[in-house]
Amino acid sequence: MSARDVVITGVGLISSLGDGLEAHAAALADPAAVRVDSATYAPFSVHPAVALELDRQIPKKLDQKQMEPWQRLGTYAAGLALDMAGLKGDKDKLAELQLIVAAGGGERDYNVDSQILTQMPTAANPEVLINEKLMSELRPTLFLAQLSNLLAGNISIVHGVTGASRTFMGEEQCGVDAFRIAFERIRAGQGDRFLVGGSYNAERADSLLIFAMGGFLRQGGYAPVDARGEGAGFILGSGGAFLVLEAREAAQARGAPILATLQSVVARRTPRSGNGLGQSLAVDLKIAAEIAGPDAVVISGATGAKDITGAELRALAATVPEAPVRFTGNRLGHVLEAHFPVSLALAVLALREGRLWPPTPGSAAERQQAGAARAAIVTSVGHMRGEGIAVVGQA
Amino acid sequence: MKDSIGRPVVVVTGIGLVTSLGQGKADNWAALSAGRSGIRRISRFPVDGLKTTIAGTVDFVPAEPFCAAQLSENFARLAAEEAIGEAAVGIRGDFPGPLFIAVPPVEMEWPQRAALAKASGASGEVTYADLLRVAATGAFKPWHDLFLFGTVADRLADTFGTKGSPISLSTACSSGATAIQLGVEAIRRGETDAALCIGTDGSVQAEALIRFSLLSALSTQNDPPEGASKPFSKNRDGFVMGEGAAALVLESYASAKARGARILGVIAGCGEKGDGFHRTRTSPDGMPAILAMRGAIADAGLTPDDIDYVNAHGTSTPENDKMECLGCMSVIGDRMKSVPISSNKSMIGHTLTAAGAVEAVFSLLTLQHQRIPPTINHHMPDPAIPLDVVPNVARDARVRHVMSNSFGFGGQNTVLILSGEVRA
Repeated sequence: MSARDVVITGVGLISSLGDGLEAHAAALADPAAVRVDSATYAPFSVHPAVALELDRQIPKKLDQKQMEPWQRLGTYAAGLALDMAGLKGDKDKLAELQLIVAAGGGERDYNVDSQILTQMPTAANPEVLINEKLMSELRPTLFLAQLSNLLAGNISIVHGVTGASRTFMGEEQCGVDAFRIAFERIRAGQGDRFLVGGSYNAERADSLLIFAMGGFLRQGGYAPVDARGEGAGFILGSGGAFLVLEAREAAQARGAPILATLQSVVARRTPRSGNGLGQSLAVDLKIAAEIAGPDAVVISGATGAKDITGAELRALAATVPEAPVRFTGNRLGHVLEAHFPVSLALAVLALREGRLWPPTPGSAAERQQAGAARAAIVTSVGHMRGEGIAVVGQA
Repeated sequence: MKDSIGRPVVVVTGIGLVTSLGQGKADNWAALSAGRSGIRRISRFPVDGLKTTIAGTVDFVPAEPFCAAQLSENFARLAAEEAIGEAAVGIRGDFPGPLFIAVPPVEMEWPQRAALAKASGASGEVTYADLLRVAATGAFKPWHDLFLFGTVADRLADTFGTKGSPISLSTACSSGATAIQLGVEAIRRGETDAALCIGTDGSVQAEALIRFSLLSALSTQNDPPEGASKPFSKNRDGFVMGEGAAALVLESYASAKARGARILGVIAGCGEKGDGFHRTRTSPDGMPAILAMRGAIADAGLTPDDIDYVNAHGTSTPENDKMECLGCMSVIGDRMKSVPISSNKSMIGHTLTAAGAVEAVFSLLTLQHQRIPPTINHHMPDPAIPLDVVPNVARDARVRHVMSNSFGFGGQNTVLILSGEVRA
């Protein structure tokens, strides 16, 4: 069987820049519009999510209450994507819609943790203290806001997406894997219609802690990802993105508006020693550039982590020197599991506008774009592992 | 060879297993078919103040540091070594296909938090601001990678030389079955000739147990431990946490045949269906589970009449066992009253993320030995469950096709059909 075309018919996007695609178009047009909070988690910064009118996408207060912020962001973004795809409320189609979510886990109860850590040094038996405190203080349903697959669960409950539900984990790379698997399954006839994406809440100390231990968080306030010098590292951003992917004939059969085409998705795992990463990126970028054709732009997911961002910049400059670059991280931070989905959403936006947004001041690699944007090469290089490159084309 | 709709047939050529019953498929099968329980009193942490004090822990595998992430990795490594060894596919450290692995959601645990708190030197109230302050000193660098969600898969991919980007996944208590399903799909679409599919879970630690306990999901009948898990019994009162891992080497039939591999069984069909009713409860009409079962049977090119045995999800919770009975009755009809259905969880507890893979391996062993493992602790039948649960004692039977059910929190329903022989 010949491979089928994969098209994008819905996009839902939330970040520190705004709520929805139109809000992002407006915010991106203003190079000064970058929202950063450098105080709350000093010495680290985060890009906080915009306030959402939750009722618009999560009508029941009970559902809102049962979720933690990462789930609200994701469920909200999924609703935006379904709205745009014209699937919201279409019970029959939602009951067949397949869901693939890229997720981490939910946050902890900081107050309970703090109580335990405070009392541990003087407790007769610290392990028994943990038992007693957790048994008496934890909100039972908090677990359901922590489980990785419960973003998908909430999307099923709130929006009625119940064809199937799978959750991929593993930081940046699970966002790439989610899109690659959906793309390949549609091409091979293993499904007609998928809702794919993820969300991440950066405004949580327990998550910052992990990346701080690894030395991956930038200290010292905002700077563009390619201008962080000795203060290399990423600034985490809150947000989420979901895309509706369909076989072209399935989209056409229901008269859905086609926003863009997904032309390829490649996922790699390149050893990070030596120059393996640079070479692997160069090979995949060259293939992606051939698929993309003329007037291609690059939406880079470069994190700002020192060596790997350097390797990506060199590979881009050497392999696709003509293509103007924009870094997702320059405008809304590093969105971890949702970073690749967010970059794909931004690619759809650029192709719809037919041009890129203006460059970020101080970002040498982002230069003014003269021509049109007819295709976008979207990159992801995980901070520890995993690489992804997708090509998105105009509708 | 292709299946009835022209897709490559997917066979199993290697399996590996670790549970509370032991290491390796031989020991596990001997214990399981003898009706032995691996449930015991928890010894790895104090159980003071807990309502549930038992679990099917795997206590013979060391881990350093001792935490769910490392333990899950070690279980998976043992299971994968056994499976790849049996399949004898590729050369050592160079597995010719991708890795799909179901891993528990991992996170930093109390010993690490306490160490950070101590290092912070905070006196009086300790907050996350104190922990953050010392986190960036570099003294705790190894814990960053240890507690990333993708690390177990990455390390296994290094060891076994699997190809491409390894996929870590969670579909709650059906995760192990989803890992197998992803492997089946990859082979069917011609992306690979082989796949390594693993489910692993080593998360019996105090906080994980307390989380399930607070949801009233666990049995509190702690005495005797081996009597607590009693799927389909009238006095069932919750599941018992278990640990373990299972690994399966999947191959296309053509590829396995070409290299003369021994075929252990066939993954004939997969079915799945989401449920949007509730975060922990299933739709009252049981339709999502029913549709997942029907989907799997149809995907295998079979009819409900072909199912000889059901390897139940059978958690021993009041709700699951009732709903699973309803689902099986709806799908298989009146004949279900005489179709044997048993729950491995009566002996090994609920291995959570690993369960779908562990139970798929037990299903393959059932096909191989033509012997159905029992549901132990079945002394008080539930009149609302008029099924042949193979009570207490294993039974020899003709088994050609097994239906293995996996259901999970968050509306997850995944069903596999496993067959003993390849059909054209």
